[in-house]
Amino acid sequence: MKLDAKIPAGPLADKWNNHKAKMRLVTPTNRRKYHIIVVGSGLAGSAAAASLAEMGYEVSCFCYQDSPRRAHSIAAQGGINAAKNYQNDGDSVRRLFLDTIKGGDYRAREANVYRLAQVSTSIIDQCVAQGVPFAREYGGLLANRSFGGAQVSRTFYARGQTGQQLLLGAYSALSRQIGAGTVKMYTRHEMLDLVLVEGQAKGIVTRDLVTGEIEAWASDVVVLCTGGYGNVFYLSTNAQGCNVTATFRAHRRGAGFANPCYSQIHPTCIPVHGEDQAKLTLMSESLRNDGRVWVPKNSADCTKPASEIPEEARDYFLERKYPSYGNLAPRDISSRAAKEVCDEGRGVGQVVDGKRLGVYLDFSAAIKRLGESAIRERYGNLFDMYENITGENAYRQPMRIFPAVHYTMGGLWVDYNLQSNIPGLFVGGEANFSDHGANRLGASALMQGLADGYFVLPYTVTDYLAGVGLSGRPSVDRPEFKAVVKEVEERTHWFLNNNGTRSARSYHKELGKIVWEKCGMTRDKAGLEGAIRDLQALRDDFWKNIKVVGAGNQLAPELERAGRVADFLDFGIMMCLDALTREESCGGHFRTEYQDAGEAKRNDDTFAHAAVWKFMGEGKLPERHTEPLTYEEVQLSTRSYK
Amino acid sequence: MVKPSEQSSHDSERTLALRLRVWRQLRGGEGHFEEYSLAAVPVSASFLEMMDMLNEQLIREGKDTIAFDHDCREGICGMCSMTINGMPHGPIPGVTTCQLHMRNFRDGETITVEPWRARAFPVLKDLAVNRSAFDKVIQAGGFITVRTGSAPEANNTLIPKSIADEAMDAAECIGCGACVASCKNGSAMLFVGAKINHLNILPQGQPERERRTLAMVKTMDDVGFGNCTNYGECQAHCPKGITLDVIAKLNRDYLRARVKDFFSSTGKARKGGE
Repeated sequence: MKLDAKIPAGPLADKWNNHKAKMRLVTPTNRRKYHIIVVGSGLAGSAAAASLAEMGYEVSCFCYQDSPRRAHSIAAQGGINAAKNYQNDGDSVRRLFLDTIKGGDYRAREANVYRLAQVSTSIIDQCVAQGVPFAREYGGLLANRSFGGAQVSRTFYARGQTGQQLLLGAYSALSRQIGAGTVKMYTRHEMLDLVLVEGQAKGIVTRDLVTGEIEAWASDVVVLCTGGYGNVFYLSTNAQGCNVTATFRAHRRGAGFANPCYSQIHPTCIPVHGEDQAKLTLMSESLRNDGRVWVPKNSADCTKPASEIPEEARDYFLERKYPSYGNLAPRDISSRAAKEVCDEGRGVGQVVDGKRLGVYLDFSAAIKRLGESAIRERYGNLFDMYENITGENAYRQPMRIFPAVHYTMGGLWVDYNLQSNIPGLFVGGEANFSDHGANRLGASALMQGLADGYFVLPYTVTDYLAGVGLSGRPSVDRPEFKAVVKEVEERTHWFLNNNGTRSARSYHKELGKIVWEKCGMTRDKAGLEGAIRDLQALRDDFWKNIKVVGAGNQLAPELERAGRVADFLDFGIMMCLDALTREESCGGHFRTEYQDAGEAKRNDDTFAHAAVWKFMGEGKLPERHTEPLTYEEVQLSTRSYK
Repeated sequence: MVKPSEQSSHDSERTLALRLRVWRQLRGGEGHFEEYSLAAVPVSASFLEMMDMLNEQLIREGKDTIAFDHDCREGICGMCSMTINGMPHGPIPGVTTCQLHMRNFRDGETITVEPWRARAFPVLKDLAVNRSAFDKVIQAGGFITVRTGSAPEANNTLIPKSIADEAMDAAECIGCGACVASCKNGSAMLFVGAKINHLNILPQGQPERERRTLAMVKTMDDVGFGNCTNYGECQAHCPKGITLDVIAKLNRDYLRARVKDFFSSTGKARKGGE
């Protein structure tokens, strides 16, 4: 597998500008002759589709939801980082770059991250011009808050709904193009495969989820902005429909999948309440500013109400282990610490699957110090949401929280231009692997999605198209398209007619349990080897016993689910294999064998690279390739929060 | 309806047995209610998790599952859309269907579940409807025209905090359509009013203010939404607390736009009126 990152020469700070100046262009009158397919309508997809269409290209955009406005970018709460330095607190492009590289535990590509920091300021300008109602100061200027361990206040926000407002901004830009006829929008269409013609990505095959029609679409270039794979864990903070199918199908067609073992587990989510739960809900990280995290010292106390456990019988484990950061220790570290105390049998709350998986987040000290009304003022909406979901009043008793899968840093391998190793296949947003390394900092996902969509892809896709020339778009009557359509039809037909016994959801749950236990917050060799065996057996069973009800010509949620779970099963095996072969700990990937008294121990000599997996055939294990990460300006060092 | 308890440490043990009357309909067909019994529903489950349980039961019986729209399950994407016991998003104010929990129902209760009912939202299957009419209204003018890369420095325009907050109040609309489903007229005035208020009060939204208002209202009428006759059901069922004043402001902006259009150099007055 050829993995040329195509990082432009020259000093880090000049790379992007030099590269832009050298990229090829397409004349305005020729642009409408090119057809671009964008899959996904979240921040990256909507922004890319709108920007490319407004340049003059013919764009088709596909999403599985009933409207592009529903994409899961909408659920991001906290904010978006940008190096504006409006607070006069010493922020700069370079500082944002350094924070992001360090946050990713030195496993991201330097040049991409620097570009991300550079374009961050333009994103804010763009969004404000679109009417995104960011929080403001009384003087009318934009407000900022601090976030996720950074020492500067660079996070722009719109109440607790920043993702919603940014997505509605991108959706409005996209809608303007749809109204103008320059983007054709296909909602409730799921991409089920990628079509290659002579080694280049030239189209996709979709299923219309309403009518069941399977169709081929030809284009000059395909842009995937289809999000992350967090739902491989079954329970996550992702939306129900989030899936790996588009990127995994591209992987099966030859695209390298990079670092699938990097997943982010957010420490403050509402714990699992029972076997029938389908979704986990995030409670904003900001709560840890005033809440104290604890569990009983003695497991016998775990069944008592919190109020009956005296102060001296409580273990404030984050304050004990990380005295300087305390309850504000970073996400990966706080998550692992919570898992540890629950594994010791000191978790609180309901027993699910034989364990109590929850720790207290206690506001009583803050309420005593500041008064209930001050806490209500700061976090009232979160306390209401908590009560709505759990039926408990967190002003009177501590919240219970537990870590949950939240974001995935791995994704399709892309070069500096966000092009995969398949020519003509570009990948943006959470679907690619490039910017967050082994751990993502808070308020950086929105930044990356919009950076890719508004300010990177429009340039790099243009450069590619200029090289392809005008005769590039094939007809869907070509045998390559017909063959893929036939494969998709056969698979769909097989699902609908297999006389099985088990639902797709039951397989998904079992898959989720295996990867959460063995490839979640902590991993080890024996566990991962066992998980791969278990997943292979589960996969074999799936292909015998899956039962899909419904009709092929109607909305068929079970058919959709079965296809997604099938890909998640194969993907899960690859994820565990990646975790097994990365014999070090870094960021969200914590191998218990590689640690310094509980802290992640990187091995820069052997593993300062991106692991890129190549598909080797149905039922076979993928093959590991690497892209070395060379650091021109950054010194690798150890993250410590003690 | 039961009030959420202050202390519900016994949630884990309490379950409900329910009867469900659910609307079933194939695309292009006639609909009807079907009745189902579902036992052992934990009160800690969400309404949609209860529907998942029912669907798993149907799969075990070899029957087609009930199609319904849902995605984020945290009350922000706007995709979930069930009329529960006659109320869009169910009996609890300020929550979407996905955030409604079973502790708000009684053991032995019969729950009626229907799709959004509105002329502009045809049923696709069972409880899923087509809300693309909302997208069409936004495509007609629910935006500020700004080319990528052409935006001025963000802090060049000062926006008073009160204006930014008011715009944000309106921008919280999730586009779920409960306002239309709850309205006897199938009116989308709360939805359109929210978007108009968000964009029309901001300085960036001024250049296209009249054009936006006229285009969105025209499309709203064209795609089959009814008019507002001030029942106020939309406000009562809006999960995001959008209030009726956005409709008053929409009417004001619409009138203003019509008058300005009438007297403009290309408008109706010049052409001799209507």
